[in-house]
Amino acid sequence: MSESISNGAMVELLGVHKWFGQFHVLKNINLSVVKGERIVICGPSGSGKSTMIRCINRLEEHQQGRILVDGVELTKDLKNIDTVRREVGMVFQHFNLFPHLTVLENCTLAPIWVRGVPKKDAQDLAMQYLERVKIPEQADKYPGQLSGGQQQRVAIARSLCMQPNIMLFDEPTSALDPEMISEVLDVMIDLAESGMTMLCVTHEMGFARKVADRVVFMDDGEIIEANEPAVFFSNPQSERTKLFLSQILSH
Amino acid sequence: MRRLSASQPSSSQLGTPPPSATMPRPPAVSIGPLGWLHQNLFSSWFNALLTVLALLLLYQVLPPLINWLAINAVWGAAEPAACKEASGACWAMIHEKYRLILFGRYPYDEQWRPMIGMAMLVGLIGLSCNRNFWRIWLLDLWLGGLMVWFVLMWGGWFGLAFVPNNLWGGLPLTLMLTLIGLAVAFPVSIFLALGRRSTLPIIRIICVVYIELIRGVPLISLLFMASFMLPLFLPTGVHFDEVLRAQVAIIMFSSAYLAEAIRGGLQAMPQGQYEAAHALGLTYWQTQRKIILPQALRISIPSIVNIFIGLFKDTSLVAIVGLSDLLLSMRQAIADIAWRRYFVEGYLFIAVIYFCVCFFMSKYSKHLESQLGAGHRR
Repeated sequence: MSESISNGAMVELLGVHKWFGQFHVLKNINLSVVKGERIVICGPSGSGKSTMIRCINRLEEHQQGRILVDGVELTKDLKNIDTVRREVGMVFQHFNLFPHLTVLENCTLAPIWVRGVPKKDAQDLAMQYLERVKIPEQADKYPGQLSGGQQQRVAIARSLCMQPNIMLFDEPTSALDPEMISEVLDVMIDLAESGMTMLCVTHEMGFARKVADRVVFMDDGEIIEANEPAVFFSNPQSERTKLFLSQILSH
Repeated sequence: MRRLSASQPSSSQLGTPPPSATMPRPPAVSIGPLGWLHQNLFSSWFNALLTVLALLLLYQVLPPLINWLAINAVWGAAEPAACKEASGACWAMIHEKYRLILFGRYPYDEQWRPMIGMAMLVGLIGLSCNRNFWRIWLLDLWLGGLMVWFVLMWGGWFGLAFVPNNLWGGLPLTLMLTLIGLAVAFPVSIFLALGRRSTLPIIRIICVVYIELIRGVPLISLLFMASFMLPLFLPTGVHFDEVLRAQVAIIMFSSAYLAEAIRGGLQAMPQGQYEAAHALGLTYWQTQRKIILPQALRISIPSIVNIFIGLFKDTSLVAIVGLSDLLLSMRQAIADIAWRRYFVEGYLFIAVIYFCVCFFMSKYSKHLESQLGAGHRR
C-alpha cells in the first residue's frame, strides 16, 4: 500500500476536492507536510480549513484527489482508516471530552481498547501526559468539573496518550474564555518544541509567528498562499491575504 | 385571612449565601413556616381560594373514607354475614382469599414454591439495584436464579411435584412475565435502536419495519396472534407453550417501544462524541459501548422506566388469552358467590400491590439518574 509519493512526507494532499451537496468546499488542495513540521492554517470562516484537516483523519471524506498519511492512503478501506486514526491525534474546538468518564479514564480509554495497553501502563502513561499539560491533580475529576482551559488540556493529553505521530488542532482556543487561551497555547508551544508534526487551524497569530514553520492561508476552499511566518506577515503576496491580515491584526 | 406584604422571595435569592449580621434580614413573611404558607398556598387570591376549596373537599371526603377503610371495616377472619352487617370494607374477603389472589390456581399445598421463588427474585432485584454489583457475576447469578425459579415453579425434579404452567397464576406469573420480558427486550431494543440509526440500508429497513409494525398494533392483538393464529401456521402436533407465547408477544411489544426510547437518547448525543471517539481510533462497537450507550441510556432512563411501569401493568392483558395473572386470579377469587359483592376490596388490594411495585420503580429510576448524573454536568 505504501507507495511513497515523495520525500517521506507525513501528510500529503494531492489535488483534493470535496463538495457538501452542491457547495464546493475544497478546491484542488495540494499540501505536503514533512516530519516535525508545524503548519498553521488560517483564513476567514467558511474557507474550508476545518474541513481540510478533518479529511486528514477521515472525519470527512474527500471525493477527488489523494490523501496520504505517513505513507498510508485514505480510501474506503476501513483498515487504512483505522491505521491512520491511530497515528493521528485530534483536538477539537469544543474539546469533546467524554463527560461520563473521569479525566484519567478519558485518557486511558483509547490506549486500552485500541492499542491493547494493559490498564496499569495506560494509567501511568496518562499521568505522565497529564503532568505534561500540568493538571495531574485533576485526574479523578469529571470533565464537567473543570474550566474550559483545563478541559482543552485534558483533550490534548487524551490525544497524546495514543502517542500519535501527527497532531491536528481544529481551532483549539476559539471556544475558550480569553484568560484561558494562553494556558492551552503554552501546552501547544511545548508540544511544538518537542518536534511533533502539527497542523493547527487557529486565529492565534502570535502562536503562528512563534512556532509555525509555515502559515497556510485559505479562502473560499482554496489555498491562497503558504509561506514562513516572517514573510507571510510582513509581505503577503495576495490581495485576499492582505485584506484578511488587516482585518484580524487591526486591533 | 391576613393580608401579607407584597414582597416575595424569588428562587434566585434563595441561592445566595446567608446575610451577615450587618445586612438587613429578609422580611419575616418570606421565611419560615409563614413564608412557606404564603409562597405555596396563598401567593395570590386565586391560590388562596383553591387552598380553601381543597381543604373543604378533604373535610368532606376524608372522614367517610377512613370510616369505610378502617373504622367500620371487618378485619381478620370472619364470615360473609359479618361483612353484610358492617358498613365498612370487608377485608375478611382478602383474609379468606389472599392465597387464591396471589397464587391463582397453583396447587395450594405447593404454594410455598412460588413464594420462595418470588423472595429469591426480589432479593436478586434488590442486589441488582446497587450499582457496585453491576458485574459479570451478577448476570450469572440471574441466570442461575431463573433456573432455580423454573425448577421451583415447574417441579418434576428433586421430588417436587410437577405443576404444568397452565396452573401458574397470580403475582408469580405477573412478576415472571415482566422480569423476563424486560430482561430479554432490553438488549434486543438496544440493537433495534442502533440498527434504526445504522448506515447500512438493509439493517435499517429491517429495524424500522419491525418497530413500526409492532408499535402499530395493540398488545392485545399481538397476544391474540401469538395465542390463536400462531398454532394455525404450525404443523399439527407441534405444541408451543401458552405462557411462552404470551411471553414472546410481550417481549416483541416492549422491545419496539424500548427501542424508540433508547433512540431518543441516542439522538440527543452530540456529534462531537462520535468524532472524538473516531479520532481516537475506536471502532463502531467500542464507540457505542464505551461512549455513546452509557450516556444515551442515562438520558433515556425516565422514558425507559415509563415503559417498564407500563409493561408491568400491561401484563394483566394476558388474561385475554386465558393466563391468570394477578388481575385475573383476583377476579377468579371473587367469583365465589358468598364473597362476590366485595369486589371493590379485591381491586383495591391488587391496586396497592401494583402501586407499590410501580412506585418503587419510579423512585429507583430517580435515584439512578442522580447517581449516574454525578459529574455529567457540562
